[in-house]
Amino acid sequence: MELFKEDKVYNFLGKGKIFFVASFVLFFLAIGLIAIKGFSFGIDFTGGTVVQVKYQGVAPIDKVREALEKEELFKHASVTEFGSPEEIIIKTAASTDGLSKDIGDVTREILKGTGEFEIRRVDMVGPKVGDELRVKGLTAFLLTLAAIMAMVTFRYEWRFALAAIIAIVHDIVITFGFVSYFEIDFNIESVAALLMILGYSIHDTIIVYDRIREHIQESKNSDFVMIVNEAVSRTQSRTTLTSLTVFFVVLTLFLFGGDIMLGFSFPMLVGVIIGTYSSIFVAAQLVVWTGFSVARYREKMAEKIKLQAEKEKMRAQFEQGIV
Amino acid sequence: MKFNFRVILLIAAALFGIIFSVPSLTQSEHGAKVTLGLDLQGGLHLLLGVKTEEAVNSQLKSVASGLKHFSEQNDILLDGLSVEGDHVVFELMDSEDGAKIDEHLKSVQGTAVKLSGAAYSVSFKPEEVEKLKTQSVDQAIETIRNRLDQFGLAEPVVARQGVDKILVELPGIKTPQEEQRARELISRAAKLELMAVDEDRSMRVNDMSDAEALSFGDKILEDALQPNVKHLVNEIPILDGTMLTDAQVGYDQNNRPVINFSLNSAGAQVFGDFTGKSVGKRLAIVLDGKVYSAPVINERIGGGSGQISGNYTIEEANDLAIALRSGALLAPIYMLEKRSVGPSLGADSIKASLLALVSGFVLVMIFMMMYYGLAGIIANLAVLINIFIILAMMALLGATLTLPGMAGIVLHIGLAVDANIIINERVREQLRLGLSVRKALEEGYAKAMRAILDSNITQIIACTILYVYGTGAIKGFAVTLSMGILASMLTAIVGTYGVFQLFTNRIEKSKNYKMWFGMTRKVNA
Repeated sequence: MELFKEDKVYNFLGKGKIFFVASFVLFFLAIGLIAIKGFSFGIDFTGGTVVQVKYQGVAPIDKVREALEKEELFKHASVTEFGSPEEIIIKTAASTDGLSKDIGDVTREILKGTGEFEIRRVDMVGPKVGDELRVKGLTAFLLTLAAIMAMVTFRYEWRFALAAIIAIVHDIVITFGFVSYFEIDFNIESVAALLMILGYSIHDTIIVYDRIREHIQESKNSDFVMIVNEAVSRTQSRTTLTSLTVFFVVLTLFLFGGDIMLGFSFPMLVGVIIGTYSSIFVAAQLVVWTGFSVARYREKMAEKIKLQAEKEKMRAQFEQGIV
Repeated sequence: MKFNFRVILLIAAALFGIIFSVPSLTQSEHGAKVTLGLDLQGGLHLLLGVKTEEAVNSQLKSVASGLKHFSEQNDILLDGLSVEGDHVVFELMDSEDGAKIDEHLKSVQGTAVKLSGAAYSVSFKPEEVEKLKTQSVDQAIETIRNRLDQFGLAEPVVARQGVDKILVELPGIKTPQEEQRARELISRAAKLELMAVDEDRSMRVNDMSDAEALSFGDKILEDALQPNVKHLVNEIPILDGTMLTDAQVGYDQNNRPVINFSLNSAGAQVFGDFTGKSVGKRLAIVLDGKVYSAPVINERIGGGSGQISGNYTIEEANDLAIALRSGALLAPIYMLEKRSVGPSLGADSIKASLLALVSGFVLVMIFMMMYYGLAGIIANLAVLINIFIILAMMALLGATLTLPGMAGIVLHIGLAVDANIIINERVREQLRLGLSVRKALEEGYAKAMRAILDSNITQIIACTILYVYGTGAIKGFAVTLSMGILASMLTAIVGTYGVFQLFTNRIEKSKNYKMWFGMTRKVNA
């Protein structure tokens, strides 16, 4: 099966402005959403307690709310259905630090009399742990960006690296704009998803860059826009196929992974779509706008090769005892 | 058909993967297995903090009681001896005793003395404070480990996390009752003290304030069994749990469980001496600041053994005996984080993620087969081997498979296929240019490899950072993903090339690019 014409060059950059506007609008919409609406951070970050309870039969949510209201620890607690009508999630900002009787034990006592139930999960995070996590998560993210910047600069050029970083930030911000809009819990798995999107986005971008580099080296053409169009067209089938397979896989995770995986599978699902879009329409376009010049790059390359050759010549002469 | 080193490597990798993942898949008793994380098999995960300041504080108190003891023995008069914040303060009444006090203070480790006139202020040097804090964490880890080892659960994990935190993982916990018991056992201070009851003032205990009791060198303690009864005891204990050598569950005359403890020889000596001169008085057996019994001493008790009775159930008595045997905690511990997952939820999570894994894999496999023909099947084989290698490597390294780890594997299937897609697209391109099959494979793999390497190195760097800065769940994710990347480079770049090399001549002869590479358009060559 073949989906894409092998010799056709699509003019991706020709519509650059349209995609720029689209990306620009989405990006700032996402930033606005995140700034105004924010995230519903999970207890991993804020501290607090989540109790997952499964009833035999439909969970009596109203009765549960009523019972919880009387207890100080559960002031402002939320009770929601989770996955099925039998299961509920109780979320509260409170946590306890004593070991002999903790908030899970308290919950069990309070819920006595609301029906036959089983407490399936108690997650409790103290207030200090959350702070540490936030710092660590942010450090990991910035370090990874720096590492990518260094790696791409080393293998390609700083303009490529800069464009890649902008594309990554673009992908992540838009994805988490969606997370904010749909009020998906932002928890530790979401950080994993964030870093995964980062990895996926840079992977896609590098595949396109590799093509651009190859075309610069092999073709005689010096028109960078043409080269980029050709490179993106040539990698088009690969980008689409891979995105499709990854999308299938993430979709199964989203559909079958259950509510417990939602903090991971939802951002992944959105991130794959945005990441694919940006590696086709954004990353390469940005390199063009940074003022990359093919002629200069080739000059540099030629110089490098010349230097290398000279070195080798000197070495050869040295070994033969001429110098 | 000639076997080349690439195919041999692929077969070796496949064998390695399959053989070492069998124990995990069949859940057999033998061989290294992948450990399931607590989120998948159920269990209790605790992150504990240690109130290290309290260890320092109690050490400071013992410096104070040492001073009191010393001054009484040497007839030195000290005024206002007390602990204020992190200092022990007192005033020396007779300056001639200065030398003696200085010498005594010098013998106490790690203290700094400030003197203004006759007023002394004694505190610990900063390095001593640090040492005491570290010690109290070490001791807590050691003690908790001892207790849990004796509790009888499978594979308890007790480890230091960061500087002063303790990670406890108990996979075997099945019921909330069991969990609560384990938590109580861990947190129990288990500080045993034998104290003399102040018989002269005992009658007035109900009207006495704590400060008043302190002025007599006494302390008011509650009774453990009858909440309204109070006891007045000497503040400085006769003996404490450090002299305990054993504690076992026994039964009293009414067949109720009790704890029999025995003391070491030094403890037995002190105990004998004390009971010898205190006949007719009462001795309070105090555990964690509560009086469990205060029997009248009828005669000198030699041999150094005693009994704690407290209306225990057998389980309670058993847990208490364990706690006493493994020693007291120097500093109290508290809970920073708790994650407890019931076994039924764990099973549900495994089911859900396996469903995602299998359906994702099947979808990808069908797609690859349809799109790339035989090349797609070869790619599928490579991905399958890839998954086995991940499992095998995790089993051999003793890594833990968590829910995010599962997600990592599911996601990895998508990405592992990508290497094969890049390669196949490149090979198709070369074939379209009219190159021979041998040449097309050579060029295609070389070109694909450059891009794949660039990207994978970047990914591995990202995973490393993730591993270093991540906590439990994220670490698991980084481990499975980086193993997957390494395995995919082996199977996709090396392995599938080898398989194609086996068939190069046959493909060349048949010219059937549709069957082999799924190419449906005509090649212009």
